[in-house]
Amino acid sequence: MQALPAAATAPILEVRDLRTHFFMRAGVVPAVDGVSFGVAPGEVLGLVGESGSGKTVTGFSVMRLVEPPGRIVGGKILFRGRDLAQLSERAMRDLRGNRIAMVFQDPMTTLNPVLRIDTQLIEAVRAHGRTSRRAARARAVEAMAMVGIPQPEERLSAYPHQFSGGMRQRIAIAIALLHRPELIIADEPTTALDVTIQAQILAEVQRLAREHGTALLWITHDLSVVAGLADRVAVMYAGRIVESGAVDRVLDHPRHPYTSGLIESVPSRNRRGARLRQIPGMTPNLLALPRGCAFRTRCPHAADACAAEPRLTETAPGQMVRCFYPERVTAA
Amino acid sequence: MLWLLHRVIQAGFVVLAMTVLVFVAVNVVGNPADILISPQADQAERARVIAAFGLDQPLWRQYLHFLVQAAHGNLGRSFVFNQPALQLILQRMPATMELAVSAVLLSVLIGIPLGLLAGLWPDALLSRAVMAGSILGFSLPTFWVGLMLIMVFAVQLGWLPSTGRGRTALLFGVPWSFLTLDGLRHLLLPALNLALFNISLVLRLTRAGVREVLPMDYIRFARAKGLSPARIVGVHVLKAILMPIVTVVGLEFGSTVAFAVVTESVFAWPGMGKLIIDSIGVLDRPVIAAYLVIIVLLFVTINLVVDLLYTALDPRVRSDEAG
Repeated sequence: MQALPAAATAPILEVRDLRTHFFMRAGVVPAVDGVSFGVAPGEVLGLVGESGSGKTVTGFSVMRLVEPPGRIVGGKILFRGRDLAQLSERAMRDLRGNRIAMVFQDPMTTLNPVLRIDTQLIEAVRAHGRTSRRAARARAVEAMAMVGIPQPEERLSAYPHQFSGGMRQRIAIAIALLHRPELIIADEPTTALDVTIQAQILAEVQRLAREHGTALLWITHDLSVVAGLADRVAVMYAGRIVESGAVDRVLDHPRHPYTSGLIESVPSRNRRGARLRQIPGMTPNLLALPRGCAFRTRCPHAADACAAEPRLTETAPGQMVRCFYPERVTAA
Repeated sequence: MLWLLHRVIQAGFVVLAMTVLVFVAVNVVGNPADILISPQADQAERARVIAAFGLDQPLWRQYLHFLVQAAHGNLGRSFVFNQPALQLILQRMPATMELAVSAVLLSVLIGIPLGLLAGLWPDALLSRAVMAGSILGFSLPTFWVGLMLIMVFAVQLGWLPSTGRGRTALLFGVPWSFLTLDGLRHLLLPALNLALFNISLVLRLTRAGVREVLPMDYIRFARAKGLSPARIVGVHVLKAILMPIVTVVGLEFGSTVAFAVVTESVFAWPGMGKLIIDSIGVLDRPVIAAYLVIIVLLFVTINLVVDLLYTALDPRVRSDEAG
């Protein structure tokens, strides 16, 4: 296990060798298997990977919201130096929504359909600290206005189904921002939205995070979102980080064949008309991972050495790669 | 409000169809005159009584007469008690309603907490015991459970009385058992007996709802907000699962009133269920018809209330109506 290079300031969140496994009837699924990263104040870390790579479970692990049969089985989740993995449920509840907030992927399902928006906002205000209903309501109106919901006062007494997906995600973001958290974990919050709404929300979140110095852990499978939003990026594959570093560096000079494959499968104007490249094969079954490098069965550069487990190594300042042959990978 | 009118007209047709059934059925089963008139009565006396009841007329005429009278609010006089049938039933109705409402209250007050328990901790030993018990609650016949309750709590342990309403107190000019301690003691066993089936039903519905709602994103999001477990279960989960429970409890209330017939017989509870059993025995047609009319109206009203509750509980129903 290697730590990422220290950021300019001490990280708000430092995850060390996190392991979250799911104990299924068919066997143990190592959804997150030795993941380490850090996020500094005001920094945006993009956590990238395909479905099933363990990026969402990583986010939920930090929130300590992994449901059985899943369980955090090892590692440290240091938030301001305190290990969340060891924290009591009661202490964890004080942090959730207060100092660490989360925005979910699908805005259509994150709000309770039978409760009014004001109920869901006010309860979030009052979950942390004594606030009168009146003051809490005022805070809710303020938060709705902040994320750009028109006529927040009237819209507050509406139900979720009376809002569009984009508006619902804004409400979820408003809830996440209520207590000015130091860290926001955003789990593909724009995936379910139209591109124009997506751009608006991204700009909004970026502005809000910058204004408040909030650290962002942005989980996504969309490299173009990462390119526009993140400062650093960590690429996950089969429960592990295979490459990490500054966004420009990693996207321009990927050193892991998986990263390069991901980049090449993004449609681009420059290669119009050319056939899109795909990564051959499928994401591996976590119950039956190949020995050694989990990516070798899909890798164009795989060699015999890959049957052993590669370690994360620094190929350039700040860029870590888990591959035996990083020099074979060239930018697309 | 068009749908309300619709409902009322629908109810009218159900009442019509049912009264026709009652008239035909009673006519097929036998002649009330044979039961009502003493075998010693002479021909003249017999003819006089038959004429007095209108039984000498052809059946369609009797039915028409009934309809005309019913339109004036008169459901006929009991052959047996020589009292207005409606009055007779209304006198017994509070006892049945008291029993049925107590049973429904018990099923909600016991069923929902047990269902939450079984839904939140499905693997706990207690939850498994509760679920197993609910199968018994479903399948054991009401009358048998009633007899067992009497055997155990009234005969063996002697804790609770087994028959009658006990001391009653007047409220709005009607005697109620639940207002006195003795009355409550009398009410407990029959109410529990009547509630048993519904407890099992509510319990299973609650459990199923909890199992369904818990994995939802919005519950996880509620946790991500830092809400207390009490708030999540008490507000987020409960409100989301209330809809099917309200439906079933509402509809079951009607059945509970109807099923009270059995419980009332076992516990000698002087309600309308007992009256209707006796009336069927002597083919007291006006009482049977009036009872069924009231039951139909009751069901229609309950369905109406359930529909209104829907809109209060689920905002999405409201927009469907508008759109």
